[in-house]
Amino acid sequence: MRMPAPDVELIARKAEILRALRKLVPGEGVIGEADGLIPYESDGLSAYRQTPLAVVLPETTEQVSAVLAWCQASGVKVVPRGAGTSLSGGALPLQDGIILGMAKFNRILDVDYDNRCAVVQPGVTNLAISAAVQADGFYYAPDPSSQIACTIGGNVAENSGGVHCLKYGLTTNNLLGCELVLMDGQVVRLGGRGYDAAGYDLLGLVTGSEGLLGVVTEVTVRLLPTPQTARALLLGFPTVEAAGATVGDIIAAGIIPAGLEMMDKPAIQAAEAFVEAGYPTQAEALLIVELDGPAAECAELAGHVKALAHARGADFIRVSRDEAERLRFWAGRKAAFPAVGRLSPDYYCMDGTIPRRQLPHVLTRIHEMSRQYGLGVANVFHAGDGNLHPLILYDIEKDGELERAEAFGADILKLCVAVGGVLTGEHGVGVEKRDLMGEMFDETDLACQQRLKCAFDPDSLLNPGKVFPTLHRCAELGRVHVHRGKIAFPELPRF
Amino acid sequence: MSETLIRTLEPTTPDEVLEAVAEAAAGKRRIEVVGGGTKRGVGKVERPDLVLSLAALDAVLDYAPEELVLTARPGVKLKDLEKLVASEGQMLAFEPPRLAKLLGAKGEPTLGGALAANLSGPRRVRAGAARDHLLGFAAVSGRGEAFKAGGKVVKNVTGYDIAKLMTGSWGTLAVMTEVTIKVLPKPKTEATVLIFGLEDRRAVEAMARALNAPVEVSGAAHLPVAIAARAPLKAEMAVTALRLEGFDASVAARIETLGQALKDFGRCDVLHAKLSRDFWAQVREVEVFQKDPRPLWRVSVPPASGWRIGEALSGEVVYDWGGGLVWALSEDAAAVRTAARAAGGHASLWRGEAPLAAFEPLDGALAALTARVKAAFDPHGILNPGRLGA
Ligand SMILES: Cc1cc2nc3c(=O)[nH]c(=O)nc-3n(C[C@H](O)[C@H](O)[C@H](O)COP(=O)(O)OP(=O)(O)OC[C@H]3O[C@@H](n4cnc5c(N)ncnc54)[C@H](O)[C@@H]3O)c2cc1C
Repeated sequence: MRMPAPDVELIARKAEILRALRKLVPGEGVIGEADGLIPYESDGLSAYRQTPLAVVLPETTEQVSAVLAWCQASGVKVVPRGAGTSLSGGALPLQDGIILGMAKFNRILDVDYDNRCAVVQPGVTNLAISAAVQADGFYYAPDPSSQIACTIGGNVAENSGGVHCLKYGLTTNNLLGCELVLMDGQVVRLGGRGYDAAGYDLLGLVTGSEGLLGVVTEVTVRLLPTPQTARALLLGFPTVEAAGATVGDIIAAGIIPAGLEMMDKPAIQAAEAFVEAGYPTQAEALLIVELDGPAAECAELAGHVKALAHARGADFIRVSRDEAERLRFWAGRKAAFPAVGRLSPDYYCMDGTIPRRQLPHVLTRIHEMSRQYGLGVANVFHAGDGNLHPLILYDIEKDGELERAEAFGADILKLCVAVGGVLTGEHGVGVEKRDLMGEMFDETDLACQQRLKCAFDPDSLLNPGKVFPTLHRCAELGRVHVHRGKIAFPELPRF
Repeated sequence: MSETLIRTLEPTTPDEVLEAVAEAAAGKRRIEVVGGGTKRGVGKVERPDLVLSLAALDAVLDYAPEELVLTARPGVKLKDLEKLVASEGQMLAFEPPRLAKLLGAKGEPTLGGALAANLSGPRRVRAGAARDHLLGFAAVSGRGEAFKAGGKVVKNVTGYDIAKLMTGSWGTLAVMTEVTIKVLPKPKTEATVLIFGLEDRRAVEAMARALNAPVEVSGAAHLPVAIAARAPLKAEMAVTALRLEGFDASVAARIETLGQALKDFGRCDVLHAKLSRDFWAQVREVEVFQKDPRPLWRVSVPPASGWRIGEALSGEVVYDWGGGLVWALSEDAAAVRTAARAAGGHASLWRGEAPLAAFEPLDGALAALTARVKAAFDPHGILNPGRLGA
C-alpha cells in the first residue's frame, strides 16, 4: 500500500515537536518513545503497519483544538483514532504524522429521556451507551459486531452499521448532533437535540467522512425503547438461490425484520464447529431472521416467515423458544469471524454491497475466483440490505498469499460495482479501497468530494492518504475544469 | 425585474440541464431552480436571470420493490410516485407533505423538491426525513459540472455522503437530475390513540411517555384547544394524538400497551384505519392553518421544549414530532426567533412576509464553514441566490 512520501525533515524535528505538544497536553498525554508507539501501529486491518511520529491523548476539547491548531500552523499531519478496530485502515498511522487518540474522552455526559437522546464523548464504546440506559428500557440501535470495543467517535467517522440496521438504520440515521474540531482548531456544533438544525446538514456529511473533515469531540445519539420481545428463526436451505429468494419474499410480504443475515456452507460449518449454535451443517445457506415487537406480532410474523421459507424448500426451520435460545442462534453469526479465523492463519474481510437479486450470480463468481486464486472463502452476509462480507482465507507467512488475497478482494469489490452495487457497505474506504474509488466515481465525482475536504481542511493535514486515490492540492481543484467526465488538466502523480 | 421577463427553461434530459447550468455558470447568470414550484415562497430567490424547471424530467427509471430502492428523475410528481409505490404495497416512509394549500401555491409538488427541502411528515419520529431516504443522486453543480454521489443500494459508505448535503440545501448547491431513494413496505393497518384536554406542556409529556414506550409510535401530535376548535376538526377540547402502524395483531397489542403507558393522562379514545389516516393527513398538511392569512413559522426544537414555543407565542401553534416541530402563526418575527433559540432550536418563515431572513442565519465558524461548502459547489453563487440567506 503506497502512502504519501513521508516528510523526512519533519521527522527529524521529532524532539522539538514532542516538546511543543507536551505544552499543549501535559502529563502522560504525549507518547514519543518507540515502545509506547507499538500499540498504535495498526488498526483492525492488521496487514498494514506503520509507526507514527507520536501519539497524543488529549482529554478536553480545548486540548484537541490547541493540538490541531498547532499542527496546522506547523504542517504536522494528524490521524484521529478511536479504538483502532477499523477494517479499512482508516486509523493507519503516518510516519510523519501524529495519532490523535480519543480514548480519554470516555464519559457519558447526559442521558435525556425526554428527548430520547444521550450526549457522550467520542471515546465511549458503542456497547457502553446501551449498557448505560438498558435498565431504563432503552438502547442505542446500531450494533456493529465490534461493539464491545469500537468507539462512538469511530462509528460516526465510519457511519457504522450492525445486524439491526436494516430496520433501525446506520449510525447516520441515529445521530442528532456532534461537536467537531476543525483542523484550524475552530470548534463547531452540528445539530443538537432536535430533529433538524439550521443550515446544511453538515452532521450528515461528517458522518462517514472517515476522520478527514474534523475531529469529533462529542456526540448526541438517539435512544430507542427496547422492544418488548424478540425471536430469531434459523432457516436452512439446500441452495443459495432458495435462501436469496426467501429474503426477497419476506420483504415483499411487507416484513422488515430487525435482523436478516445469511451464511454460506463454509461459514455455517466454521461457526457450528466453534460455538455449537445448532446450525444445520449440511445446508448450503442459512438465514437468521430476527423479529421484534409485541409478542403477538413476533408470533404472527414468525408464522409468515416460516411459511415463506417452507415454500422455497427450506429443510431446516427452528424458531427460538426463549431468550437463551435466541442468543444461541446469534452466537454462531456473531462469532463467524473468529470461527473462520480458526480455519486459516489469516483472513481478509470484504464489505461490498450488491442489489440482492444479484446474490446467486455474485456467489458463483466468488467461488470461481476462489479456485482461480487458490484461496478459500467463506461468506457471511447482511442479507436484508445486500451487504456481503466474504472472508478470504490466506496465510501471511506464505510467499505472495497476502498479495493474492488483496487481488482477490479487489476483484470481488469490482464485481460488486459491476452488478450495480458499491465498494463498501459499512467498513469504509480507508487505505484499503482507496485505489478502487475510480471503479465507482469518475474524476469529476472525486473532485466534488475533494473540494469538500478542502472546505474543511485546506492543507490536507487530517488523515491524508485515506479515501482518495489521488492527492490534489486545493488550489488546483479550484481551477479544475471538467466537462462530461473528462478532466482538462494532467493528473497529479499518484502516491 | 418583473417575473414575466425572466426566461424559463424546461430541460427534458440531464444533458440539457448540464448545458443550461454550464452556460449560466460561464456567464455568471443567476438561476432559480424549481420543481413543481409549490415552495417558491419559502426563502425567496433574489433577482434570478432565469428559471430552471425540472418538471419535465419526470421519468421513473428503475423500481425494484424487493430491493427497496427506486431511481427517478427529480421532476416526478409526488402523487404519481406514491401511487406507483402503493401499487406494490410500499410507501415513501418519510411521508413527504405537499403543503401546497398551506402555502397558497399552485402546482404539483415533485420528488426533487421534497428532497431539496428535506421534507418529512409525522413519521419523522420513527422513520426519519427525506435525508434518511436519499441513497444517491446525479446532479449538475453551480460550476456547471455533472457529478454523482452515493449509490443505488440501501447500504453504502463509499465516499462522502453528499446526499445528506443535498437534502435541505434548497437547490443552492447543485441541480439534481437523478435520484435513488429508499422505499419501504406500507403498514397493513394503523390506529390512533387520542387523549383530550391536555395543556401544551402536559401534552408534550404525554407524547414523550408514548414515544418512550416500546410500541414504535409513528406520529405524535398535539392541537391546543383553540386550534383543535377550528376546521376540519372542530373539537371542543385540546387533542393529543399518537399513531400506531403495522400488522393487525401488532397494532391491537400496541394499543393495549400504549393505553397502559398513558393512563395518568386521562381517558383514551381510538381512531381506526380510515379515520386515523384522515387525521394524520390533516396534521401532515397543517390544514388548521391553511386559511389563515398570518405569517407562518416552522420551528424545530428539542421535542421536550416544544411547549415553550406555544407559551412564548400565546398558543397559535400546532405540535408535531412529539413537540419537535411547531408550526406557529405570528406577526412578531423577532419573538419567534428568540423563542426558538431559547428552546435550543431554530425557526424559518414558510408563508408571509417578515423583516427578517426566512431561514435562521448562522454565525461564527459555522457560518464560515457553510460558506466554504457552498463555494465548493457553487463558487459564483448562481444557484438560488439569496434563498438560504447570504
Ligand atoms: C471483529 C470486528 C467486527 C466488526 N464488525 C463491524 C460491523 O458489524 N459493522 C461495522 O460497521 N463495522 C464493523 N467493524 C469495523 C469497526 O469496528 C468500525 O468501523 C468502528 O466504527 C471503528 O471504531 P473505532 O473506535 O475502532 O475507530 P478507529 O478504528 O480507531 O478509527 C476508524 C476511523 O475513524 C476515525 N476516527 C476515530 N475516532 C474519531 C473521532 N473522534 N473524530 C474523527 N475521526 C475519528 C479514524 O481516523 C479512522 O479513520 C468491525 C471490526 C472488527 C475488528
